[in-house]
Amino acid sequence: MSELSPFVILIAAIFTNNILLANFLGMCSFLAVSKQIETAAGLGAAVIFVMTATTAINYGIYHHVLVPFGLTYLSFIVFIAVIAAFVQFVEMFVERFSLGLYHALGIFLPLITVNCAILGVSLFMIIREYTFWQSIAFGFGGGIGWTLAIVLIAGLRQKMRYSDVPVPFRGVAIAMIITGVMAMAFMGFAGMVRIQ
Amino acid sequence: MATNEPIACTTCALPGGPCGGKGIATLKDGVWAQNPISIQILGICSALAVTNRLENSLVMGVALIFVCVGSNLFVSLLRNVTPRRIRMIAEVAIIATFVIVFDQILKAYYWEMSKQLGPYVGLIITNCIVMGRAEAFALQNRPVVSIVDGVANGIGYAIVLALIGFFRELVGAGTVFGHVVMPEWYVPNQLAILAPGAFVALGFLIALFNALSGANEEDEGTQP
Repeated sequence: MSELSPFVILIAAIFTNNILLANFLGMCSFLAVSKQIETAAGLGAAVIFVMTATTAINYGIYHHVLVPFGLTYLSFIVFIAVIAAFVQFVEMFVERFSLGLYHALGIFLPLITVNCAILGVSLFMIIREYTFWQSIAFGFGGGIGWTLAIVLIAGLRQKMRYSDVPVPFRGVAIAMIITGVMAMAFMGFAGMVRIQ
Repeated sequence: MATNEPIACTTCALPGGPCGGKGIATLKDGVWAQNPISIQILGICSALAVTNRLENSLVMGVALIFVCVGSNLFVSLLRNVTPRRIRMIAEVAIIATFVIVFDQILKAYYWEMSKQLGPYVGLIITNCIVMGRAEAFALQNRPVVSIVDGVANGIGYAIVLALIGFFRELVGAGTVFGHVVMPEWYVPNQLAILAPGAFVALGFLIALFNALSGANEEDEGTQP
């Protein structure tokens, strides 16, 4: 695993191992915000940033604090604390220095703490034993992949507002099915590169 | 998450009986009427990820029951001493503790299963069901009825997971619990155990629940 170049991991995280379509992470916020392309893109941008940064921080804490002290069993609670604290910090920072950005991203930031994709990326990083640059690439690629999937599906759902969906399927059910079709389309990339 | 509307708890307020006549109603809500997955659409990440085999689904169901009961109990016990402002952090800490305990047990006794479930056990921390129940129920209710609520939601989750897991394993591999049950001529459809199968299976399941419960009848299909 460790001989893969970060670039390969980046591409794989976007296409072949898309965090949403192949690993099912970040579904909750995905269903809530994938109705409009603009909102989807806004949340996506916030996710890319937070995911990359928290992966880097968690990598440092895990390998330089938890492992030397034999505290790896605490990793879950440390990771979620780091994510929550980081999001809170970014929110305050953005509010103070860039009000425009705050209005664009602000409402999405609290949503991110409970986005399982962020925690998921940190956990995958540990399980797959990535190096530092591989972790960064994986976090960044995971964010892009998530954003790509959510924006594509938001586009489909916007169009679908005018179609005549059978009553029991309206809402989430049909959204799940088109996500399934999208996942099938992304499986077409599978021959390109493969990470476990 | 709005907590301004506490769930009406008339029977608990009366002296006598830890949860009065509320136990059954709570149980019913969690398992069927307010089923976390099929009705409230919460916690579906893991519902999709681990349901490629029935066995995994059941272990995940047990994990959620354990975490949900534990966190509900402790959130409820501490509900009068937790300052409102930091309640979220307190809830997350309690939930994470129980997740760690379950993860350690799994690693110690069922290493194979722990590897199969991968990061999804850890991801119970961000599972909206657990957090949602702590926030919406345990914060306003007494410990015993909170345990009932935890059990009910855990069971509701486990049943849906088992259903999806059963069908995906049956269609995708032709087996149930790893035993071949389909006739010789059946060619397993691998797609069902891969990612797209999970999305489509859950989509149909939600539609089925909608059809059975008569939900969706009047809305315009724009609601989540």
